[in-house]
Amino acid sequence: MAKIVVDVMLKPEILDPQGKAVAAALPRLGFTFAQDVRQGKRFEIEVAGDPTPAQLADVEKAAEMLLSNPVIENFTVRVEK
Amino acid sequence: MKIGVVTFPGTLDDRDAARAVTAAGGQAIALWHNEADLKGVDAVILPGGFSYGDYLRCGAISRFSPVMEPIIAAALGGMPLLGICNGFQILAEAHLIPGALTRNHELHFLCRDQKLTIENIDTAWTSSFTKGEEILIPLKNGEGAYMCDDETLAMLEGEGRIIARYVGENPNGSRNLIAGITNERGNIVGLMPHPEHAIDSLTGPSADGLGFFTSVLKSLVSGSVK
Repeated sequence: MAKIVVDVMLKPEILDPQGKAVAAALPRLGFTFAQDVRQGKRFEIEVAGDPTPAQLADVEKAAEMLLSNPVIENFTVRVEK
Repeated sequence: MKIGVVTFPGTLDDRDAARAVTAAGGQAIALWHNEADLKGVDAVILPGGFSYGDYLRCGAISRFSPVMEPIIAAALGGMPLLGICNGFQILAEAHLIPGALTRNHELHFLCRDQKLTIENIDTAWTSSFTKGEEILIPLKNGEGAYMCDDETLAMLEGEGRIIARYVGENPNGSRNLIAGITNERGNIVGLMPHPEHAIDSLTGPSADGLGFFTSVLKSLVSGSVK
């Protein structure tokens, strides 16, 4: 069984208030490393066997139609063994 | 005139929307998310709430409900379609209007009475107002910040497609204080604040919201809907 991972992130130009809230909370805990934080979504899709090129093409399509909103978000698709 | 009001799982404001239709003199027809049947309605309202629990993104799942297929086809053919709050998010997810609604810039859920100016009275849903009219209706949202790219924003401004703007301080981070927009044809309107909660002064801050519902009835009767 393999895992197809789709990561969805807000486009860089879109304000991410959740990421900002996390970035503001970190120094309160003594963590001073963060210049900026952006928060996204990760989808783990399990398929039987190694994903075929056709399956990956379908995942790309699904990521564009449903998993992300291309108006405000970018996505990446990769296979995790 | 029959105005359909869609109920999705998690919709909250369908009853108020139906009540507003009735108060305006129309006949409200309940439409169910799982039935691809518009029951002969002349226009449709997608009311507010948290359809499908706002899972994935607000409106992202609802947009693919069986009822949306005939709604999208009819709206592209000119049927008046109003999306309020979550309904606005559904319109954006369905790409019936440009842009997207994102989390309020201060992260807080807002619930308050909000002043708006009506800027475009040539749509199916705003013809009862006067241009520049200031109205007061409730605003309640967690993800109401209207976002689009610069090119789209310039297009909306240039074509007068911003139908309502927030007055005063920006409540949620929407670009150019956008509270509502329309499509090119003027039959589809997305609005973040809630006119259906302001149709009489007993239960709302004003009766200013009624104008959206009388507008569509007027447009349907006069045949001004293209």
